[in-house]
Amino acid sequence: MPQSPLSPRHLPVARLAIIAAVVGVVAVAFAYTAGWLSPHRLTPAKLVASLAPPGGPALGHRRNHAKGICFTGTFEANGNGAALSKAQVFVPGQYPVVGRFNLATVDPNVADAMVRVRGLGIRIIPPDGQEWRSAMIDAPIFPVSTPQDFYELQMASGSKDPDAMKNFIAAHPGFLSFVSWAKSAPWTGSYAEERYNSLDSFLFIDGSGTRHPIRWSLVPAAQPVPISPDELAKRGPDFLEQEITQRVAAGPQRWSMVITVANPDDPTADPNKAWPADRRTVEVGTLAVQQIEPERDGPCRDINYDPTVLPSGITTSDDPFPAARSAAYSRSYNSRTAEAAYYPGTEKGAKQ
Amino acid sequence: MTTGRKRFAVPQRLLHWLMAICILSMLFIGVGMVSTAAPKYLTLVQIHKPLGIAILALALIRLALRIYYGAPSLPTDLPEPMKLAAYSSQVILYALMIAMPLIGWGMLSAAAYPVVLFGSVHLPPILPESASLHTLLWHAHYYLAFAFFAIILLHVAAILFHKLIRRDGVFETMAPVLTHHQSE
Repeated sequence: MPQSPLSPRHLPVARLAIIAAVVGVVAVAFAYTAGWLSPHRLTPAKLVASLAPPGGPALGHRRNHAKGICFTGTFEANGNGAALSKAQVFVPGQYPVVGRFNLATVDPNVADAMVRVRGLGIRIIPPDGQEWRSAMIDAPIFPVSTPQDFYELQMASGSKDPDAMKNFIAAHPGFLSFVSWAKSAPWTGSYAEERYNSLDSFLFIDGSGTRHPIRWSLVPAAQPVPISPDELAKRGPDFLEQEITQRVAAGPQRWSMVITVANPDDPTADPNKAWPADRRTVEVGTLAVQQIEPERDGPCRDINYDPTVLPSGITTSDDPFPAARSAAYSRSYNSRTAEAAYYPGTEKGAKQ
Repeated sequence: MTTGRKRFAVPQRLLHWLMAICILSMLFIGVGMVSTAAPKYLTLVQIHKPLGIAILALALIRLALRIYYGAPSLPTDLPEPMKLAAYSSQVILYALMIAMPLIGWGMLSAAAYPVVLFGSVHLPPILPESASLHTLLWHAHYYLAFAFFAIILLHVAAILFHKLIRRDGVFETMAPVLTHHQSE
C-alpha cells in the first residue's frame, strides 16, 4: 500500500522528474516530426505560400493554375497501353473523364494573353474505380529540376533584390532551357491546339510486374495556328474560355494520348531534362472533350488533380515532383474548399 | 463496468499495447506527412490510410472485449476527481479511436479522393462529395489529432503517476508483464 506519498516531506521529486522527462521527450519528438523545430524544412505550407502574390492568394481558388474551365468527355483506350501497364484504363473501352483547362497563374481573373503556360487536368474513371488523375502543362520541360529549386524560383521571382533572378539563373542554368521555350515557342489561340505533357516520369507496371519508366503527352488533333500574344490580347481577356466553349459545342475536340518509354539511362528524376526525340512512343488512346462547363458550378471545381492518384499499374518514379505536388495540392485544396464563401456557386447550380 | 479481476484480460492487454504502438505511430505519421513535401510524403500517406482503418477495426474489437470482460476496479482510496478523470479519459480515448478513422475516411469521401488501402484494394466513399463537409471533417481531423496526442500524454503521465508515485497497482492492471513488487 502507498504510504501518504503526497505529503510534502516525501514529495518524490526524482520520480516526478522522470514522469516529466518521459512526457517531455515524446512531446519534443512530436514537435520535431511536425516540423516546428525545423524552420528550413520545405513544407507544403511554404511551397503554397511562395506562390501567393503580394496581396495574398485569391480566396476560394486554386493556389496555382487558378484560372480554368471544366469539361466532361471520355478516354477511349485502344488496348496498346496494356502491354506496358495492367491498369484498367488501358483495356480497350471508353471511360468517363472530368477535366479542366487552365492557365498557370495565381490570378483567376488575369487576361489570357498574360499567361505563358497552359495546363490540362484529367480524371479518368474506369469501372473498377481505379482512377487516374493527371495535371499536365504545354511546356516541353519543367522550369526547374527539384521542388526545392521551384521554391527558390518563387522566392527569386518575388524578391525585391534586382539581382535575385540573375543569381537564381546562375545557380540553376537548367531554367534557361525553359526560358528559351517560353520566348521562342509560338502561342496559339485555343486550348484545343495545345499539346499537354506530364513532364514528370512515372512507372507503368505490366501484367508480369515489369516496371517501365515513362512520360505521357496529350497530342491535339487540332492543327495549332500561331498567334501573337498581342493579337490574343485584342480578342479579349477570357478569349480562351469563350473559344473552347464554342469549339466543343460545334464538335468534340480530341487528343491522342502518347506514352514515351525511357531508354535505360534516361533521366527520370528530372522533369527539366527532356528525353531524346527518338524514344519509343506508344499511342494508347484518345481523349474526347465533349462538353464545357464554367468552373463556378462545374464538376472539376472541387476536384484535386493530384498526380499521385494513380491506378494499380501506374506508380511514381524517383521523380521528386509528384510527391511535392501532391502535398502542395492537398494544402491548396484544403484551403480553397474552406473558402467557398469567397467563390460561391450561382443560384442555378448551387451545391450543398 | 468492473470485473472481479485484478488485471485486464490477456486479449485486452495485447490489444492495448498493439494499439498504443499503432496510434502513436499514426499521430507521428499524421503531423509528419502534412509538414513535408519530400518523397516520403507519399509513403507516409500510404501508411496513414490503411493504418487508420486497422485502428478502427481494432478499436471496435477492443470495445467488444471491454463490454465482455469489463475492467478491474480502481483502488478504493483513489480520490473521486482522479476516478472521474480516469473514467472520462477512457471514454474520450475510445471515442477518438473510433471517430478519427471515420472522420478521415469521411473527409476523403467528401473530397472525392479514392480511399486506397493497398494496391487495388479500395474502400467505398461513406459520404457524398461536398466541399463544406470536407472542410468540417478536415478541421475536425486536424484539431482532434492534437487533442488525441495531448490526451495520450496525459494518459502516460497519469499511469506513471500511479506506477511511480502512488504505487497503487493501476499500472499493473494493463502491464504487459508483472513487475517484481506487484503480485496478481
